[in-house]
Amino acid sequence: MRIILHIWRQRNATDQGRMTRYEVPNVSEHMSFLEMLDVLNEDLIAKNEEPVAFDHDCREGICGMCGCMVNGVAHGPLPGTTLCQLHMRHFKDGDELYLEPWRARAFPVVKDLVVDRTAFDRLIAAGGFISVSTGSAPDGNAMLVPKEKSELSMDAAACIGCGACVAMCPNASASLFMAAKIAHLALLPQGQPERERRVKAMVGQAGQELFGSCTNIGECEAVCPKEIKLEVIARMNRDFLKASWTGREE
Amino acid sequence: MSALAISPLHRAARFWEAPIGKKAVMAITGLILFGYVIGHLLGNLQIYSADHQQINRYAAFLHNPANAIPLWVIRTALLAAVILHIVSAVQLWLQNRAARPLGYKKKADVPTSYAARTMRWSGVIVGAFIVFHILHLTVGSVLPVHEIAANEPDVRYNVITGFQNPLVAGFYILAMILLCMHLYHGLWSMFQSMGFSHPRYTPLLKKGAALVAILIAVGNISIPIAVLTGFLTL
Repeated sequence: MRIILHIWRQRNATDQGRMTRYEVPNVSEHMSFLEMLDVLNEDLIAKNEEPVAFDHDCREGICGMCGCMVNGVAHGPLPGTTLCQLHMRHFKDGDELYLEPWRARAFPVVKDLVVDRTAFDRLIAAGGFISVSTGSAPDGNAMLVPKEKSELSMDAAACIGCGACVAMCPNASASLFMAAKIAHLALLPQGQPERERRVKAMVGQAGQELFGSCTNIGECEAVCPKEIKLEVIARMNRDFLKASWTGREE
Repeated sequence: MSALAISPLHRAARFWEAPIGKKAVMAITGLILFGYVIGHLLGNLQIYSADHQQINRYAAFLHNPANAIPLWVIRTALLAAVILHIVSAVQLWLQNRAARPLGYKKKADVPTSYAARTMRWSGVIVGAFIVFHILHLTVGSVLPVHEIAANEPDVRYNVITGFQNPLVAGFYILAMILLCMHLYHGLWSMFQSMGFSHPRYTPLLKKGAALVAILIAVGNISIPIAVLTGFLTL
């Protein structure tokens, strides 16, 4: 099948950028979306043109590296998947697709569809961790966790940090990402000692990174490839309100 | 020994600074205003009483100089709630707008609530409506406000003559439809902002919020419609 692409081309961080039209004539329905872009790039290289830069790594839907907006939806039209796991059989001959990078002040464009997501790394560094002594492995089953808690924690831990939530949110808010990390740790015994400090530090850092805030719209939940629920944001709000009113830390 | 708690003022300032703190302020002030909307609707519905003086007696009770202190306490609290609600909304809106300086050429609105995305607009128009409503029926600068005696406004007369003007009635109806959307999103959203979400109760909360918002709008809209259709006459 033939696919028409309108892709955001931007040479570097300071370039103004523009949409450019491309045609990919022989797309197989078995190709993944990224393979279709590979085919386009082979063609561009053969023509001595600059290939389209896009982020990718595992191409198994688990690393969180890939992703762009496809017709205004983060990771494209198929819910619960990353762009690399979206296959061309979900499109039809002659489809016109608009590909744009994640847009947020906190995610500056590096080149074409590649954005700088180190703001997420700084959010994690602010509090998305637990402090433990490294050394010999702890005894198995020494710390018991009820099944329902571990399931809820795992649901939140499924977040791969791709940034689709920020990209889709009308406020460019990182709430779903942050809340997933906070919920993941707050549901486990290992996350308790730093629970208050973590939520305050991460919420504070999100403000410094100039992410927006949550207005309970739910577009993040709709596009999250790991189907993280809006419920984690309520958990974060609850922890933040509690820490703000009862916390003892200076 | 653990560090002592920070000073209450400092704590409040830090709370206000954080977007989640501002959303909590919006939730609590929104709840206060929601309570007022319910009380106001119950007052309004007295216009349907077979006793035509019923609503005027209620107004005279509210305007009675003996009740001036509670009346002004409530008015001040409401005004403070309105101001806090608007100031937090505007500050958050400015921050959120700045968070995406360059928008998308193409953006789809994935299954999402229309009411949620239009909160700012429904809020602004309802805010403008409140000003008009106070000028119309409290201050009397739109149409002259009739009084039976000092501090005893002829509410029934003022409402009915006001709504006989289709433009005035139309604006009231439009504002109530927008209030309905604003309340729907606000009513379930306040729980989310305050940290309550549960897979069993949140879907029910959304349905309940829709029901309450529609009932409030229907109750209020029924009055201009009753006047326009001639069901309510002087």
